[in-house]
Amino acid sequence: MPPAPNDSDMLVRVRGLHFGHGTRKIYDGVDVDIPRGKVTAIMGPSGTGKTTLLRIIGGQWRPQQGTVEFDGVDVHKATQSKLYAMRKHMGLLFQNGGLLTDLSVFDNVAFPLREHAKLPEAMIRDLVLMKLEAVGLRGARDLFPEQLSGGMSRRVALARAIALEPDMVMYDEPFAGQDPISLGVLMRLIRSLNQSLGITSVVVSHDVDELLSIADHVYILGGGKVLDHGTPDSIRHSQSALVQQFLKGEPDGPIAFHYKARPYSEDLLGADR
Amino acid sequence: MSAALTIIGDFLAGLGRAQFFLLKILGALPATLLRPRLVVHQVYSVGVLSLIIIVISGSFVGMVLGLQGYRTLVRFGAEDSLGVFVAMVIVRELGPVVTALLFAGRAGSALAAEIGLMKATDQLSAMEMMAVDPMRRVIAPRFLAGLISMPLLSGIFCVMAIGVAGGHAIGVELLGVDAGSYWSQIRASVAAEDLVQSFTKSAVFGFTISWVAVYQGYHAAPTSDGVSRATTSTVVVSSLAILALDLALTAFMFR
Repeated sequence: MPPAPNDSDMLVRVRGLHFGHGTRKIYDGVDVDIPRGKVTAIMGPSGTGKTTLLRIIGGQWRPQQGTVEFDGVDVHKATQSKLYAMRKHMGLLFQNGGLLTDLSVFDNVAFPLREHAKLPEAMIRDLVLMKLEAVGLRGARDLFPEQLSGGMSRRVALARAIALEPDMVMYDEPFAGQDPISLGVLMRLIRSLNQSLGITSVVVSHDVDELLSIADHVYILGGGKVLDHGTPDSIRHSQSALVQQFLKGEPDGPIAFHYKARPYSEDLLGADR
Repeated sequence: MSAALTIIGDFLAGLGRAQFFLLKILGALPATLLRPRLVVHQVYSVGVLSLIIIVISGSFVGMVLGLQGYRTLVRFGAEDSLGVFVAMVIVRELGPVVTALLFAGRAGSALAAEIGLMKATDQLSAMEMMAVDPMRRVIAPRFLAGLISMPLLSGIFCVMAIGVAGGHAIGVELLGVDAGSYWSQIRASVAAEDLVQSFTKSAVFGFTISWVAVYQGYHAAPTSDGVSRATTSTVVVSSLAILALDLALTAFMFR
């Protein structure tokens, strides 16, 4: 039996997380550990708050209860300057890219370097081209965000997220809208960033097979709780009916496909028609 | 009664939030001043690109004042005072006020829409996650650019309205008022104090429009409707604030 991981093995520790929007509860006491130097997958049905978790870890949203520690420091108790110093060590790839629309692809990737690295422009140019080469978009350096497809935008955003070579990169749906070739390259890139630079990766995605093939550790979220977590193999063999329904994509099971509503017949034949 | 109290409460809460936001902008200004290129870029965006509408509007307003003034003054044989009439009305009142209303419509709405869209498309969030403070990088430079641009545009409006293609074109070139009388009476009547007060008004209006625009944009709901509402609110709130402030400033300055 492997030794229990100690605190220093964990880059992020989430404890007793409660969060909601208005009356809608998203998290009801969630504990998550992100191991240092590993690829952690966060999966779960739509609307379970996977993106919310990334924003809470990044300190953009504040939990109603609970704590989030990044490298041993409470993210939500840090001053703004400490929080910003912490963020230099974490990158977030937004679901829609979040590219700055008045800057070219090159300038978008150069943005964090120019803001923080204080490097000569020639070195910034080389670094940017290396990052763009890694995502296959070196030739698109002069394009503007409105000229890119959704998948290309996310690849540029990925190049930007790794520009400062942070300790941790959080990927929000990195595989959405990617063709099979790009998808394969991105999966290898996430894995190689992890292996060659030791970057801790947190990947949120619905692409079950792809994610299980590159992850070291997997969390399945649902109903405001952690449904299961463990290695990809243990998740594949999970006894939870919820997890099995999600992994196999079955329409019938404990996870409802339909958003909570009154009976269909009542809606069609009811008094308010 | 309770509805009225709710409206007043919401208004006061909004005012409080806006003042807190202003303090954050002022706190970010020193860092912004260290990066003048950001401000210069925004001065081009909100100031230089507003030039055409200011130049054309100034000319038309000056021409109308020239026609109206001449029509009234000629009945008393005082058409030589046309320059004073046009200059006083423009410098003291219409220059700052009309420029501010146009600036709110052209630059204020553009600022609010730009910032609102940056919020809706996660650009501001992305900056935060890259450890770049949007207050310093986006909001403060735009606020400062509005503050700088507005008095300059007001000055250009006044020049266009009084001379060049405005009152001078109509009064002197078209209606035959003596050019010497037109300009010498302006020099004799318009004091440095008038220019300072005109500048003060336009600076106050610039401050107000920029504040309203960046506040509305930053607090816009991240939807197309939210951005649309922020843009509309910027123009409506700024315009009303300009007119109310103009009354207050005029009463204070010319008491």
